[in-house]
Amino acid sequence: MLLFCVQQLHSSSTEFTNIHYDGLYPGHIPTTAVQKALLSIGSGVAALQNPYRHDMVAVLGETTGHLALIKLRDRMRNDPEGYAVLTERPRIRLSTLDLTKMASLPDGSFGREYLRFLEDNDVTPDSRADVKFVDNEELAYVMQRYREVHDLLHTLLGMPTNMLGEVAVKWFEAAQTGLPMCALGAVLGPLRLNASRLQSLFTSLGPWALQSGRRARCVLSIFYERRWEQSLEDLQRELNIEPPPIIPKAKKKT
Amino acid sequence: MAASVRLLVRQAIRLSHRNITVTATGVSARPPCRCFSESAEERSTHFGFETVPEAEKAKRVYKVFENVAQKYDIMNDAMSLGIHRLWKDMLLHAMHPQPGARLLDVAGGTGDISFRFLEYVRSQRERQQRRAVRFGQTLSWQDISNSYSTIETDGPRESTAVVCDINKEMLKVGKEKAESLGITAGLSWVVGDAEELPFDDDQFDIYTIAFGIRNVTHIDQALQEALRVLKPGGRFMCLEFSKVTNPLLARLYDAYSFQMIPVLGEVIAGDWKSYQYLVESIRKFPSQEEFKSMIEDAGFYCVQYYNFTGGVVALHSGFKL
Repeated sequence: MLLFCVQQLHSSSTEFTNIHYDGLYPGHIPTTAVQKALLSIGSGVAALQNPYRHDMVAVLGETTGHLALIKLRDRMRNDPEGYAVLTERPRIRLSTLDLTKMASLPDGSFGREYLRFLEDNDVTPDSRADVKFVDNEELAYVMQRYREVHDLLHTLLGMPTNMLGEVAVKWFEAAQTGLPMCALGAVLGPLRLNASRLQSLFTSLGPWALQSGRRARCVLSIFYERRWEQSLEDLQRELNIEPPPIIPKAKKKT
Repeated sequence: MAASVRLLVRQAIRLSHRNITVTATGVSARPPCRCFSESAEERSTHFGFETVPEAEKAKRVYKVFENVAQKYDIMNDAMSLGIHRLWKDMLLHAMHPQPGARLLDVAGGTGDISFRFLEYVRSQRERQQRRAVRFGQTLSWQDISNSYSTIETDGPRESTAVVCDINKEMLKVGKEKAESLGITAGLSWVVGDAEELPFDDDQFDIYTIAFGIRNVTHIDQALQEALRVLKPGGRFMCLEFSKVTNPLLARLYDAYSFQMIPVLGEVIAGDWKSYQYLVESIRKFPSQEEFKSMIEDAGFYCVQYYNFTGGVVALHSGFKL
């Protein structure tokens, strides 16, 4: 005599988190200072215990990155292209990328190489978590942009997504952005590397990444969406990024 | 008596509902011949500190528990520092079920109460049997051989526990837990709504609802249903978060609830909003005395409540006579 059918409950398709947001942007959760402190400690512990918890790494970045985000935002404002990014707020998502057009671009172009990177490493730009705990709408965008630019950085630096490649990118990001989360990742990442990789990190890859990070133009200020046709080498030169000394062996799709 | 007249009126209204097909909008079905002045769409209720239309509350609660089901037990341990186990043990102790009792565990989800119930009656049964054996050892040979012929053909009645929950995810987690604990005998799992239970009248000896009733949209209806499905003499027991009386403890509890618990939810379960809802819904639930009156209004007798941990949790108990 069960009259009530549970399966018919959701007739609307709106997701739980998006129905009511009383924050400054969709997905914003306002938090007190105490909550932020607790979150940063908790997410730090959780991320250390399980490095595959990308959401915890994201939360750690958001709760500790306030000062660094302000500095990044100011750098972007002072750069004409960065200013355009801040006002137009482009997002890098599969839905906004024209994949067929990018695939038809010549080899060596930024767009084509980026696509190749996505395919070779089996990643998608849509897997980045949304920003939740940054209490300023503009800074939240800067944080989101930083996350979405990460994959592009891999392409610009020529680093694969294996552990050594990721650590190299983290060192670059730490030098560039000053985000505490990057610094933490840069320090703890090497702990998971074997001896030979550690050696290549400390002797050649690491110093290159740090130097490039310090010298390069602010990578968040670039309007990548308008530069797909540009040649990768050209873009690297413009950004002051030297090619890597060695390329860690990427994991190939079988 | 006033209570029974009210009961009859409510039953009549519910019977009139049953003649109308239940649509996909769930709990608050909207029959055209509604007796009240407002229709269900206009009536609103609380969802934590938010105000939502009644029809939406059940949907949102369902979503919450669907999201938290996998991490539900871990979160309980983390949030209460394991104390929730003591609260549930105390519920069982107050219940003191005897072998042969039939339990209905509403909003039973992951099965904590039912597992404890079955453990309890099993150890009670063992104690009884041991006592019988010991007693039998002092009998004469003649008496023992006499007792063989009077053994009942059908054994003593087995205790059963029915876990009823509106949320399939929670039941799924509960079933998996039961299998891993090896508890299967006497346990059944039923999908059902506390406001409209899929059981006949006068079926159960004990009705429990632990940390579930504050999520029900119409608490009075749930109480009515509890009364209906209990046998005469049956006991209603409700474990729920309640009001802390001591002001200092209350402030500490509030600070802990609002600062710590959503953070735990985010870190452990990756879900801040569900746990924000949890701490808010606790604040919206009536106080011990108010809830006691609601239970009495539903028609229960000898309603009492016991505070645990300074009022953080209260156990309400009533009898159907």
